[in-house]
Amino acid sequence: MPTIIVDVMPKAELLDPAGKAVAGALDRLGDSTFSAVRIGKRFELTVDGEADDAAVAAARELAESLLSNSVIEDVVSVRVAGE
Amino acid sequence: MTRIGVITFPGSLDDRDAQRAIRHAGAEAVALWHGDHDLHDVDAIVLPGGFSYGDYLRCGAIASLSPIMSEVVDAAERGMPILGICNGFQMLVEAHLLPGGLIRNDHGSFVCRDQRLRVENTDTAWTNRFESGAEITIPLKNGEGGYIADAETIARLEGEGRVVFRYLEVNPNGSINDIAGITNTRGNVVGLMPHPEHATEEGFGPDTDAAMRNGTDGLAFFASALAALSLA
Repeated sequence: MPTIIVDVMPKAELLDPAGKAVAGALDRLGDSTFSAVRIGKRFELTVDGEADDAAVAAARELAESLLSNSVIEDVVSVRVAGE
Repeated sequence: MTRIGVITFPGSLDDRDAQRAIRHAGAEAVALWHGDHDLHDVDAIVLPGGFSYGDYLRCGAIASLSPIMSEVVDAAERGMPILGICNGFQMLVEAHLLPGGLIRNDHGSFVCRDQRLRVENTDTAWTNRFESGAEITIPLKNGEGGYIADAETIARLEGEGRVVFRYLEVNPNGSINDIAGITNTRGNVVGLMPHPEHATEEGFGPDTDAAMRNGTDGLAFFASALAALSLA
């Protein structure tokens, strides 16, 4: 069955304490390749039928209304898996 | 007798304490269930603290879509006093009954302390028994209590006097402008992160100068709702 993937990230201007904590662990590992970490969420929506434009539109609406809170997060992508 | 409902959600923790606080204030506490479409003729509602649905998705987000929340939203629009405490506050913002959002504490840790607050607005359904500018101490316990909103919303809240409680001495979670609680334009819906229901009986509250654990600053929240209802 096709899957639609929704990615949600905390707004760029917000502190991301979870990401900061992971960045702190990188520091302690002595890794200097990466300077920052931000943590978001990935949702995999299994489509009952075709992953057509209507399904993607429905996923986008769900992403904006339920899967994210626009006060604190941004929906960064809504896409069909494998495309 | 005035009936104040307390809604229990899967993962609510402070529903019993809220019921107890309501009884201390002299009202009848009515247990309400998240899965019902029935407010059982209550006169006011408390959304209690806890970790509804394990804080999955976002704190309060799944609970804000519970069956009973459609009745809560209708009641809020009719002017019924509604108080959201901690997880209940998170539900109120997720249900769009209050603006803004609550994010993980800026220092990344869960915090549990007796918290000093200033009551900035004594015109709401839940604060009318306080004196203006009153300084109170009630417990605070949260991991995601940082209040945020966009600059325009903050300016509006401040300009309209809708910041009801402000943290004193310590900002425990990085909330913008030390905001601990806010209200809607009508003043019937109030949400805050600290827990008034844990400070309503001597022997079981925060320490005071007079004696250990005898702080009862939370009682006036519930007495305020009774006063608001008696005027209505």
